[in-house]
Amino acid sequence: MAQDLLEEKDKLYLERMNQPLVHGDPSYHEVTRVVSEIVEVRTPKAWYIAIGITGSITLLLKMMIVYLVANGIGVWGNNAPVGWGWDITNFVFWIGIGHAGTLISAILFLFRQRWRTSINRFAEAMTLFAVACAGIYPAFHVGRPWRAYWLFPIPIADHGMWQNFRSPLEWDVFAVSTYATVSALFWFVGLIPDLAILRDRATTKIRKTVYGVLSLGWRSSSEHWKNYEKAYMILAGISTPLVLSVHTIVSFDFAVSIIPGWHTTIFPPYFVAGAIFSGFAMVVTLMVIARWVFKVENFVTMKHLENMNMVMLATGTVVGYAYATEFFIAWYSGNPYEQFAFINRATGPYWWAYWTMVSCNVLSPQVFWFKSMRRSIPVMFVISIIVNIGMWYERFVIIATSLHRDFLPSSWGYFRPTIVDILTFFGTFGLFLTLFLLFLRFLPMIAVQEVKGTIATDKH
Amino acid sequence: MIVQIDPVKQTGKKYWRSLEELSNTSQFRQWVDKEFPSGAGEMLDGNSRRRFLNIMAASMGLAGLTACRRPVEHILPFAKSVEEQIPGVPLHYASVFSLGSKAQGLVVESNDGRPTKIEGNKKHARSLGAASGFAQASVLNVYDPDRSQVVLEAGKKSNWAKFAEFWKSQNLGDGEGVRVLTTANISPTLAGLEEQFLAKYPKARFVEYEAINEDELLAGSELAFKQRVRPVYDMEKARVVVSLDSDFLLHDAAGLDTIRGFARGRKNEHEISRLYAVESNYSTTGAQADHRLRLKPSEVLGFAADLAREMGALPQGLKILGQDGKFGKWVKAVAKDLNEHKGTSVVLAGSRQPAAVHAVAALLNSALGNVGTTVEYVKNDRPAMGESIGKLSAEMGSGAVKTLLVLGGNPAYTAPADSGFASNLSKVGSVIYLGAEADETAKTAKWHLPQSHFLESWGDALVDGIASVQQPLIEPMFETMSAIELLAMMLDKQGKTVELVKAQWKLDDKAWRSALHDGVIESVKPESVKVAADAKAVDAAVVAVKKPMSGFEVGFYPSATTYDGRFGNNGWLQETPEPMTKLVWDNAAIISPKTAEGLKVVQGENISITVAGKTVNVPVMILPGHAENCVSVALGYGRKVVGRVGKDVGVDVYPIRTAAGMGFSTQATVAKGTGTHNLVTTQEHFYQEARPIVREATLAKYHHEKNFATAEDEHIDEYSIYGYHKYDQGNQWGLVFDLNACVGCNACVTACQAENNIPIVGKDQVEKGREMHWIRLDRYFSAEGEHSDDPQVVYQPMGCQHCETAPCESVCPVAATTHSPEGLNDMAYNRCVGTRYCANNCPFKVRRFNYLNWHKDMEESMKMVSNPNVSVRMRGVMEKCTYCVQRIQEKKIQAKVEGRRELRDGEILTACQQTCPAEAITFGNINDPNSAVSKLKKKDLNYGLLKELNLKPRTSYLAKLRNPNPELA
Amino acid sequence: MIKPFIEKLLATKTGTYGVAADFNSDVAIMIAIKKARAEGYTKMEAYTPFPIHGIDEALGNPPSILGYIVIACGLTGTAIAVALTWWVGTKAYPLVIGGKPLWAVEYSLPIIFELTILLSAFGAVFGMFHLNRLPQFYHALFNYSNFPKISDDSFVLVIESTDPKFNAIRASEFLKSIGGSTVEAVEE
Repeated sequence: MAQDLLEEKDKLYLERMNQPLVHGDPSYHEVTRVVSEIVEVRTPKAWYIAIGITGSITLLLKMMIVYLVANGIGVWGNNAPVGWGWDITNFVFWIGIGHAGTLISAILFLFRQRWRTSINRFAEAMTLFAVACAGIYPAFHVGRPWRAYWLFPIPIADHGMWQNFRSPLEWDVFAVSTYATVSALFWFVGLIPDLAILRDRATTKIRKTVYGVLSLGWRSSSEHWKNYEKAYMILAGISTPLVLSVHTIVSFDFAVSIIPGWHTTIFPPYFVAGAIFSGFAMVVTLMVIARWVFKVENFVTMKHLENMNMVMLATGTVVGYAYATEFFIAWYSGNPYEQFAFINRATGPYWWAYWTMVSCNVLSPQVFWFKSMRRSIPVMFVISIIVNIGMWYERFVIIATSLHRDFLPSSWGYFRPTIVDILTFFGTFGLFLTLFLLFLRFLPMIAVQEVKGTIATDKH
Repeated sequence: MIVQIDPVKQTGKKYWRSLEELSNTSQFRQWVDKEFPSGAGEMLDGNSRRRFLNIMAASMGLAGLTACRRPVEHILPFAKSVEEQIPGVPLHYASVFSLGSKAQGLVVESNDGRPTKIEGNKKHARSLGAASGFAQASVLNVYDPDRSQVVLEAGKKSNWAKFAEFWKSQNLGDGEGVRVLTTANISPTLAGLEEQFLAKYPKARFVEYEAINEDELLAGSELAFKQRVRPVYDMEKARVVVSLDSDFLLHDAAGLDTIRGFARGRKNEHEISRLYAVESNYSTTGAQADHRLRLKPSEVLGFAADLAREMGALPQGLKILGQDGKFGKWVKAVAKDLNEHKGTSVVLAGSRQPAAVHAVAALLNSALGNVGTTVEYVKNDRPAMGESIGKLSAEMGSGAVKTLLVLGGNPAYTAPADSGFASNLSKVGSVIYLGAEADETAKTAKWHLPQSHFLESWGDALVDGIASVQQPLIEPMFETMSAIELLAMMLDKQGKTVELVKAQWKLDDKAWRSALHDGVIESVKPESVKVAADAKAVDAAVVAVKKPMSGFEVGFYPSATTYDGRFGNNGWLQETPEPMTKLVWDNAAIISPKTAEGLKVVQGENISITVAGKTVNVPVMILPGHAENCVSVALGYGRKVVGRVGKDVGVDVYPIRTAAGMGFSTQATVAKGTGTHNLVTTQEHFYQEARPIVREATLAKYHHEKNFATAEDEHIDEYSIYGYHKYDQGNQWGLVFDLNACVGCNACVTACQAENNIPIVGKDQVEKGREMHWIRLDRYFSAEGEHSDDPQVVYQPMGCQHCETAPCESVCPVAATTHSPEGLNDMAYNRCVGTRYCANNCPFKVRRFNYLNWHKDMEESMKMVSNPNVSVRMRGVMEKCTYCVQRIQEKKIQAKVEGRRELRDGEILTACQQTCPAEAITFGNINDPNSAVSKLKKKDLNYGLLKELNLKPRTSYLAKLRNPNPELA
Repeated sequence: MIKPFIEKLLATKTGTYGVAADFNSDVAIMIAIKKARAEGYTKMEAYTPFPIHGIDEALGNPPSILGYIVIACGLTGTAIAVALTWWVGTKAYPLVIGGKPLWAVEYSLPIIFELTILLSAFGAVFGMFHLNRLPQFYHALFNYSNFPKISDDSFVLVIESTDPKFNAIRASEFLKSIGGSTVEAVEE
C-alpha cells in the first residue's frame, strides 16, 4: 500500500543513492525540534559577539558610502580610461554569488534533485543577501547618486524623461530588480509552512503573534498544499530562465560594448557558469561553518557537500574552458585589437591578476576529482574560499585589463584602487554576514517540511 | 564713430550692486586682507589645483572691490560697429600681446566688460588671426589673485602717494647712478618717455634684459651684414628648409605667420616642401622634419660650416665634422638639395646657437639668393641683453648704482647666474621694482610697485615694422600702473595715458580710430634693408670657435608652458602638456635612452648638472630622438617666490645658466643625482603598436599609391541589422584635421580650455588620468622597426569624433547623450547621472568625467574668466568636445537676425580652428558639397579612424606625407 | 430541489465545523481517506505536516487552477513591456541614439522578458494566496486541540459538517473505528 504512494522516479532515485539524505533516521518530530530549537533557544553570547563584529564592519561600509557621496567618485581609483574599477567588479562578484540559491531551489527542484532540500533555504537566504550587497554598487557608482533613481522607469522622474532601453545598464536595472523580487517571493513562499511550525511551537505571546502574522494563517490542509506546490513549481519554472537571464544580461554590460576583451559572444554562458561556480563555493564556505555550529550534520550530510563540490568541479572546468576559448577566438578572429587585448591580459601590466584568476578558478577545483578531497571538510573549505577569490579576480581582470589598454595607445592608462575602494568592498562582507546572522537567529535555516517529505520517501 | 560707454548700462546691475554691498562689509575687507596679504606666494603649499581654485575663488570678490569698470577712454569694438553693447552679445576689441621682443596682434572678446577670450588679429602680420597658447592664457593672469595689488615699501603695505613722495624726495640730480632696467622695450611710447627721462637725467642709463632674447641672432647678422637686422621668413615660398637647431615652429618663431607659411608649404599633397632639421633636443620643428640629424648643440656650428664650405659659400677648409660618414653624407645631400633650390630655400638658425651659426645661415641665405624671396631682413635695434645686464650688475656690485628702477621682468630670477645680479641688488641704494607679481625681485626691492596687466593699460608695440596699439579692455583691477604710466608719473606728466600713446603716433582722429579698430597702424610699413654678406668675417668667426667639445653639454630652452617663468602662476599653462614630452606641472632633464643607460638613470630619477661650480638636481625624462651625451632643460620652473599655483613646480635651472652659455653650455658635468621625482605626463605610451592610427607615407609612395590612406580599411558600411539613420537634411557638421599641417603647438588646447570653461585638475589628478582637456594632441613616435633611438614624431589632434553610430549613445541608460538632427553627439549635462559607461565604450577615450567637483571653491571667480555661453559642469557628469555648439548656435541666430536662411561656409569657426596657426582644422557643413570641409573629405588622403568599428565619425584626418631626400634614404 | 436547503439548515443549525481525527502517519491517513470515501463521505479535508503525493486524488479534489492565473499575468507583463519600449522610443522621446531605429524588438527583448517573468511571479505567489484564502488569521480548525501538532507530525482528517452524510456522532464513531485518535468535533 505504501509502496505505490512512492513515485517510480523516487524509487530509482533511492536505489541510486548510496546512502539516505538524512542520517540517524530521525522522527518527523525530531526534525521539527532540531531545526526549530536553533531559533528558540536563548540567544547565545557568541551570536552577540559575531553580530557585533559584522555590525561594525557594516558601519564602516556606511561611512565609506557617505564619504563617497560627499566627495564624488574621485575618492575611488576610477579614471580615464578605466571608468569602471572595483565598483562594477564587486557588483558582478556579488551578483554571481547570488546565483547559487535560486539555482539550487529552482533548477535542482525541477530536476528532482532532492538532496537540495536541506540546503536550499540556506542558499536562498544567501542569494538575497548577496543581491542586496550587489545592489549597493550600481546605486552608488554613478556620479550623482541622488539621481540614481532616474535609471528606473518612473514617469514622474524629474524632466519627466524616459530611459534608453538600448542600454545594457538599463537591462540590468530590470534584470536585477526582477531577480531580487522573485527570489524574495520564492524564499518567503518556501518559508510559510515552517513559519507555521514556529507559530505552533511558540510559547511566548510575542513569538506567537509575529510568526502567526508571518505565516499568514497557514494550516497545511491538502487544499493549501495543492496550490502551494503548484505555486512552488511555477516559481521554480520561471526562476530557472530568470537566474540564467540575470547573469546573461550582466554579461551584456560587457558583451554589447565595443571594447576588445568585452565584445565577446561567449560571455553569457561563461558568466552563468562562473556565477554558479562562485555561488556554490560561497554556499560550501558558509554551510561547512553552519552545520558544525548548529549541529545539523544529520540533515546537511557529506552527500550534500560532496554534490556541491562536484558542481564546483564541473563549473570550474567550464570556466577554464571559456578562458581557453577566448584566447582561441581572439587568435582565430585575426583582429589585432582583440589579439592584443588577450596577450596583454596574460602578459601585460596585469599579468599577476590574470594568473591568480587562472590558478584559483581552473587549477584549484581539480582536486575534487579525488573522492577523499571532495569529502574532506578542511579541503573543501579552503578551496571554496580560493574559488571566490579567483572569481573576484575574474571580474577584475575582465574590467580593468580590457579598459586600461584599448584602441588608441595614446590613452592607455592603469588602475590603482584607493583605500576607499578597499574598505567599501570589505564593508559589503559586513553587511552580508550581518544579514546572515539575523537569518540564522530568527528563521529556520532548513526547510523542515521538505526534509520531512524526504524522510517519508526514505522510509519506504 | 566713438562709443561712449556708460558702465551702469554696460554691466548687469544686480551683479555689481551685490558686489558693492559685499565690498562694503567690514568683515569682507578683513577677509580680503587675511586672504591676500602682499606676497601671497608664501601662503599655502603643494601645487594641487585646489590652491589654484580657492585663490581664484576670492579673485572675484577682489575684482568686486574695483568692479569691472570699463576704461573711460574711447575704445572701439573690433568686429562690429555697434553704438552700444547688446546684453549677452560679446564685444571684440583689438589689442596687442608683447612677449620678449616679439608682439602678437590680438582680438579680445569682452563679455559684460570682462575680457574672457583672446583670439588673434587677422590684420596683424605676426598673428593672421591665430593666437599662441601664451597669448590666450594670459587673460587668466588678469584675474590671478596672487597678482601684486598694493604698493609695498620694504614688504610693508604702502600706497602710490607715499611712493610719489619718496620719488620726489630723493635728489637724483643729473641722474648719476640712476639705472633703469626694462624688459625688451618694443613700445615706442615707452621709448619716447625714456628719451624724456634721459633729457631730465642725462647721466641715467637704460638697460634692457630678457632671459630669452635674440642676442646671438642680431650678433650673427652684425657679423655677416655689419648691421643689426633680423630675418623675416616667407616659409610658404620655401621648398627646402634647413633648420640649424631652430625651433621656428614654436620658440624661435618670429610670429605665428611662420607656422602658417610652413604649414601651407606642406599642405599641397602634390608637392610639399622638404625640411632638414639639425638639433639636439626633439623640438616640434624636428617632429615635422623629413630628415632629422641628432647633434650636440655645439656640433651644429660644425654642420653649418661644413655645409657652407661644401656649397662654396665659405672658403674651403677642413671639414669640422669630417668629410665622410653620416655627417659627410648629410652635408653633401643637403648642399645639393639647396643648390637645386636657389631662391626657393631657406636656412634658419636657432636662438640657442652662437652668432657664428646665425652668420653662416645669413651667409647661406644670401648665397642662395633667398634674400628677397623666402627671407627678408628688417632693422632691429634691440641691444645685446646678456652683455648689458652683466655690465649693469658689475656697476651695482661696485656700488655705483644709487637708484635702480626695474620695469618688470623679474631679473633677480632670470639674470645669468654668473652676473651675480640677484646678490648685487642689495648693494644698490634703492631698488624700485614695478612688477605684476610679488616675485623674487620684488622680495629684494625697497619699493615694489604693482604692475598693470596689458589688458588693463594703454600701450603699443613696434616689431619688424609692424605697429599696433595695446588697447585695454578693463580698468585696472587693483592699484596698478603700467611702465608707461610710471615713467609718466616720474616725469610729472599730466593727462591720460591714452593721450601719450596717441601723441607718440601723431595720428589724426580718423587714423587713430581705424588704428584702434584694426589693431594695427596702417601708415607704418615694414621696410626690408639691403644686405650684403661678408664671407671672410663669417669664416673668421667660424674658425674662432673651438672645435666641439667631447664633454657633456646642456641646452636651455624656453618652457612651452611658463616661457621664462613669467607664467609660473598660470594654471591653464601649467596643465597644458609640453608638446614633445607631454609633461605637465614640471620641467625635466631630457636625455636620450642611450645617455640614460650611460648615466644609469631611469625616468624620474634625478641627475645633477654642474656648470661653473653651480649644481642643480633635475629629474630625468627619457626621450627617444634626443642627441647623445647632452641634456636639455626648460627654463622658467622652480620659482621660489611665486603665487600659490606655481610654487615648488619643477626645478630652477637658471643657476647653471651663465652669460657665456645662455643657449647651451659645453662645460657641463652630469652625474646620477640624489633622489627621484614623480614626473606626470598625459600620455604614457609612445608608440602606435603598428595600428593604423596616424597614417603616413612618403610623397613618392603617395604618388604611385594615391589611396594608401584608406587602402587597408574594411568597407563594412553595408553591414547593418536595420539600416542607418539618414543625415541628409539641413546642416550636417563635420571636421577635418590635416596631419600635414598640425605642428603640435597646443594653441588649440588652450583655446578650447578658455572657450569651454574647462577646469584644471592639478598634477595629482592628471597622474590619476583625470585631466579634462576636450582636445588633446596625441604624440606618437614612429620608426622602421619601432622603439628606435632616432624615431620620427607625429601629432594627432584628438577630440570627440561625433560618430554617426556613436557607441557612447546606445549604452547610456538615461539617454543623456544623443544625436542632434545636425549630426552632433550632444551631451545633456543635467540629465547625466554619471555611470561612465559612455566613456568606457568610447574607442577614442575622449570623454571626460568630473570625478570631483573641480569648481568647488571657484564658482564666483569663474564668473569672471569663464565664457557665459557655456555651462559649467558639476561633479559627477560626463563632458566632451561639442564642436563648440555654442558658436554654431550663435551664428545660426545671427543668420536668422540678418534674415538669411543659409549659413555661409567658414562663418562658424570652432575655438580650436579659429586659433590654429597652421590652419590644420577645418569645420563646416558636410551636407554642402562646396564647403571647404566637404572638399577636404573628398581628398584621397582623407581617412576616418577605426573604420572596422563602423562608427562613421564626423571627424576625419588627412593622412601625413613626408618628403624625404632619396639620397639620404 | 428541497435537499440542498435542508443540508444548509443542518449545517448552520449544528455549530460544528466538522469532526477531526489524528492519524499517526502519512500512510495511515491515506488509508483512512480511502476508507472514508468508501463509507461515502465526500466533504473531507486532510491536514498534513508535508504534502503527500496523491492525497488530492484520494480526497477527490480538482487540480489547482493557479497555472491559468500565472499565464494571464505573464502575458500582461509582456504587453506592458512592448507598449512601454515602443511608446517611449517612438512617441514620448523619439531620439536618435547611436543611429539606431527608434524602436526595435532586438533591444526590447530583455525588458520584455524580465517584465514577463516579474508579473508571472506575482501571479504565482499572490494567486496562491488568493486560492488558499491567505492571509487568514482565524479558522475553525485552530480550535482543534491537536492543531499545533499538525505542522509537526500529526496527520489529521476532518469530515466537514457540510457533508450531506454528516452526523457528528456517527462521523466520530467512524473515525475512531478506522484508527483515528484525538477524535473531536471542531466548533465553528
